Amino acid sequence: MGGGTAGTAMDPETMTTLSTTATGLLPQVTHPRNPGMALDLDWVASVQANTSAIERRAATLPGRRSVKKEYQAAWLLKAISLIDLTTLSGDDTPGRVQRLCAKARQPVAPWMLDKLGMPGLTVGAVCVYHEMVETAVRALEGTNIPVAAVSTGFPAGLSPYRLRIAEIGDSVKAGAREIDIVISRRHVLTQNWQALYDEMRDMREACGDAHVKAILATGELGTLRNVARASLVCMMGGADFIKTSTGKEAVNATLPVSLTMIRAIRDYEARTGYKVGYKPAGGIAKAKDALVYLTLMKDELGHPWLQPDLFRFGASSLLGDIERQLEHHLTGHYSAANRHAMG
Amino acid sequence: MTIKEIFDSMAYGPAPESAAEALAWIARHEDRFGHYIDGAFTAPGETFTTSNPATGKPLAQITQGTAEDVANAVKAARRAQPKWAALPAFRRAEYLYALARLVQKHSRLFATLETLDNGKPIRESRDIDIPLVARHFSYHAGLAQLLPSEHPDMRPLGVCGAVIPWNFPLLMLAWKVAPALAAGNTIVLKPAEYTPLTALLFADISREAGLPRGVLNIVTGDGSTGAALVDAEVDKIAFTGSTSVGKRIREATAGTGKALTLELGGKSPYIVFDDADLDSAVEGLVDAIWFNQGQVCCAGSRLLVQEGIAPRFHDKLKRRMDGLRIGDPLDKCIDIGAVVDPVQLDTITRLVRDNPEGEHYVAATPLPAQGCFYPPTLITGLGTASPLMQEEIFGPVLVSMTFRTPEEAVALANNTRYGLAATVWTENINLALDVAPKLKAGVVWINATNLFDAAAGFGGVRESGFGREGGWEGLMAYLKPARKPAALKPAAPIPAPAEPVVDPLDRTAKLYIGGKQARPDSGYSQPVYGPRGKLLGHVGIGNRKDIRNAVEAAHAAKGWAKTTAYNRAQVLYFIAENLSARHAEFAARLRDQTGRPGEAEVDASIQRLFTYAAWADKYDGAAKSVPIRGIALAMNEPVGVIGALLPDEAPLLGLVSVMAPAIAMGNTVVLVPGQRPLSATDFYQVLDTSDVPGGVVNIVTGPAEDLARTLAGHLDVDAVWSFSSHPLSALIEREAAGNLKRTWVNHGRARNWTGAEGEGRAFLSQATEVKTVWVPYGE
Repeated sequence: MGGGTAGTAMDPETMTTLSTTATGLLPQVTHPRNPGMALDLDWVASVQANTSAIERRAATLPGRRSVKKEYQAAWLLKAISLIDLTTLSGDDTPGRVQRLCAKARQPVAPWMLDKLGMPGLTVGAVCVYHEMVETAVRALEGTNIPVAAVSTGFPAGLSPYRLRIAEIGDSVKAGAREIDIVISRRHVLTQNWQALYDEMRDMREACGDAHVKAILATGELGTLRNVARASLVCMMGGADFIKTSTGKEAVNATLPVSLTMIRAIRDYEARTGYKVGYKPAGGIAKAKDALVYLTLMKDELGHPWLQPDLFRFGASSLLGDIERQLEHHLTGHYSAANRHAMG
Repeated sequence: MTIKEIFDSMAYGPAPESAAEALAWIARHEDRFGHYIDGAFTAPGETFTTSNPATGKPLAQITQGTAEDVANAVKAARRAQPKWAALPAFRRAEYLYALARLVQKHSRLFATLETLDNGKPIRESRDIDIPLVARHFSYHAGLAQLLPSEHPDMRPLGVCGAVIPWNFPLLMLAWKVAPALAAGNTIVLKPAEYTPLTALLFADISREAGLPRGVLNIVTGDGSTGAALVDAEVDKIAFTGSTSVGKRIREATAGTGKALTLELGGKSPYIVFDDADLDSAVEGLVDAIWFNQGQVCCAGSRLLVQEGIAPRFHDKLKRRMDGLRIGDPLDKCIDIGAVVDPVQLDTITRLVRDNPEGEHYVAATPLPAQGCFYPPTLITGLGTASPLMQEEIFGPVLVSMTFRTPEEAVALANNTRYGLAATVWTENINLALDVAPKLKAGVVWINATNLFDAAAGFGGVRESGFGREGGWEGLMAYLKPARKPAALKPAAPIPAPAEPVVDPLDRTAKLYIGGKQARPDSGYSQPVYGPRGKLLGHVGIGNRKDIRNAVEAAHAAKGWAKTTAYNRAQVLYFIAENLSARHAEFAARLRDQTGRPGEAEVDASIQRLFTYAAWADKYDGAAKSVPIRGIALAMNEPVGVIGALLPDEAPLLGLVSVMAPAIAMGNTVVLVPGQRPLSATDFYQVLDTSDVPGGVVNIVTGPAEDLARTLAGHLDVDAVWSFSSHPLSALIEREAAGNLKRTWVNHGRARNWTGAEGEGRAFLSQATEVKTVWVPYGE
């Protein structure tokens, strides 16, 4: 499976699926892949991010948009299709990963999906550590759900450089179609953009046809200005996605950080014509939060960023809350967690 | 649509807020409202309809207030006022706090009703207007509590009349009612014709606070009702609305002694420097010109963007405009609601249609088929002379120009008759804090826009009006000194004696303009006699051209405002020093003019110079406690060029008492001496030797009435003061309407120049404008 170039791997039938239920989606099938560009330090230096203003926009966004009733149900189903269902724990076992993959295939009870008119809906991907990739790939056979591996000395990114690069190759070989790499935060904190760019370039190359999500670990970058500049450099280095966090930092995805990163994505597209994906990860646990993120993507970047090839949620507990909200929508009664299958 | 279809389109569906409760409240009043006078609703009289601008549907019948209705309301307020003012401060604070809590408790009802009546998005009424209303009452509960201990010598004015606009109906009510009541006044308020409902709801609900009857009165109606209120027996008029109506009110109240504050229109600049966070600056414009459909007096409606980034910035802006959602104001998912009334929609439409120059970009966002909706519009490529660049459109229409340098940005920003607000976007703190003081505006927002808080003063300069709302500075506009001034007797000129005593050495006093002695343009002089018939000298008969020259000289000396306060203090000390050196001469001159010994007046004058030398670097601004991460600086800025008619009764001390606070704060002055002018003309020799830069102080002698008229009508004079014993107050206030300059006149009341009322904060506050500079921060 792994390694097929997105554009050539898709048959027309899958393409139809993409535009409707978006299951079994390979990344970057409808848009040309970002090849990266030469490092443009002038551009990097000119990037500004006014924290107060960004926070104000982020704070007012939930009050500006509201999605109700069947629209809310549809939006929550969309959110499910965008989840990278994730387990990244030291105590992960094959059994645990198999259970997660089963949940990825059938994220919502069949009776609910039938009633909602959305049978066959799956999550966007499953995200695991390297050692669990093969288990996950096997467990997802017969679906088109890609397996994403966190790589490069996740979460700190401080293991020997050659090992970090080698780890990517191993995960791709094991069947991961997406690689979530972590950047060296020290390059950002010391404003060593050349080093960050080179690292990103090497990692992108090591991924080959697998798609690469660059985890910035924004909670450790100090300022939104750094977040904006690191986002840009990673895109110049060829990232297919930029992603907020490992989920292991003290602060993970936030709306201000997201706004900063997606504005960088917009600028990059305006300058180069390439669309880069976005993945907030960590801390998004409520259906309501997911709706706010979707409105953010829709309003700031537009409809293409509401599809799994350009947007993912890195989340483990979000799905459970969405299931409860969907049941409430169907029955009019508030739901309970034990009525829905554990992931 | 099926869920699957929505899943694919990811459209926003409808998310309406229910209007049921608000409509039920209207129905409980049988869809018809009288006024709220003396604690009860009156029977409806002749009525007009208030409608929902989003649908055109009528909401209720509103009573057209007559002059008699207004008089009844004022009578009720007058009856209630002494008892209200006599309450312990804590009691008034309790009532204001209760009002704040009631607004919070009924917040959704207020928000929904506001949106129904006005057309503003429910998000704004719910998240901005109503919380700010509660905050305003809460803050003023605190001011009421602290007032007696902080300002023991101040008293309420009496009955206040308030006339408010339709763009923020309940918030503007709060801005008038809260300070009026906190200060111990009672109030008669006329809400706007288009949007009376939330004021009536507020009156209804005020009964739940147990507010004593007559303290709050609401009279509804159109402009004629407002005019009746302006003419009624009130002690103050507080008006928010258009500049043209503000000028009419200035003229109508001239000479009546009614206190007046005006918060008027604007064409506020929104400056984007090339190092700004452009996306945030674009988002700021959404809050500036697409807030409340652009119907905001302080809307950042004039975009000034640095030339090098203009194309990119406009591209980003257009893209953002396309994403704005316009529609049913009760929908929780829209950005822009309905314009308040078909008349206003027509005004906007005509203004834009009749001025086709420039490139017009209309947001690619669908418009509802019916109702008063106008699309977000950007007009680029205009010149400074374009009407759309100068006129307030009061709609969602943004005009844009480019600039090259910070200096040019400031020049373009200030190239307007208005001066309400300004916005500056730059990541460079040096640039931001350099530009903010240079902008002619009462409020400056740095890297933000349309931030409001009860603690921070809001108000304009130039033709955007005068007075501040919010903060202690706002409360002061509802108070007066406790002293009861006596009537000022007109000083009679000393007639020419039959046989004047003449000193053969001629001394001819000249005018003093631009630091030089100048002969009067008229070529005429008049003799000045002492009370014992001595010919003391001649003074020039100044005319309008001399005033013109003096005002020009005063403007040329505007660098004085930029000198340090320490430097100004030193100059004032130096003036005192040189006056002291000529003590005997000035005392003798006073004796010659008044027939009384002059030593005490010279002493007092020297002391007064010391007072203002002391104040020069101590009349501090404030850092306001506003609820953001950031600071709101209340900066005391000089008013500009002040023209002053000096008192007749204290030839030297009067001059010093007026001149010193003005120049201590950085103003330049044109002084018109009173009946005994020779101390003033002698004084220019003291100025000449005291390092006072030429043009900072100008002295024009001549007929008080003529010179007062010229000064008050001069469109480049920022304030006129009069302490003359001539009845000039009405004339000055009426003539001042031309450019809405500030006036401070005595209304024929005396002031004891030797006592405490001859100096201090009252003078300093008249010599300054509070500019509020909002600086959010955070990295």
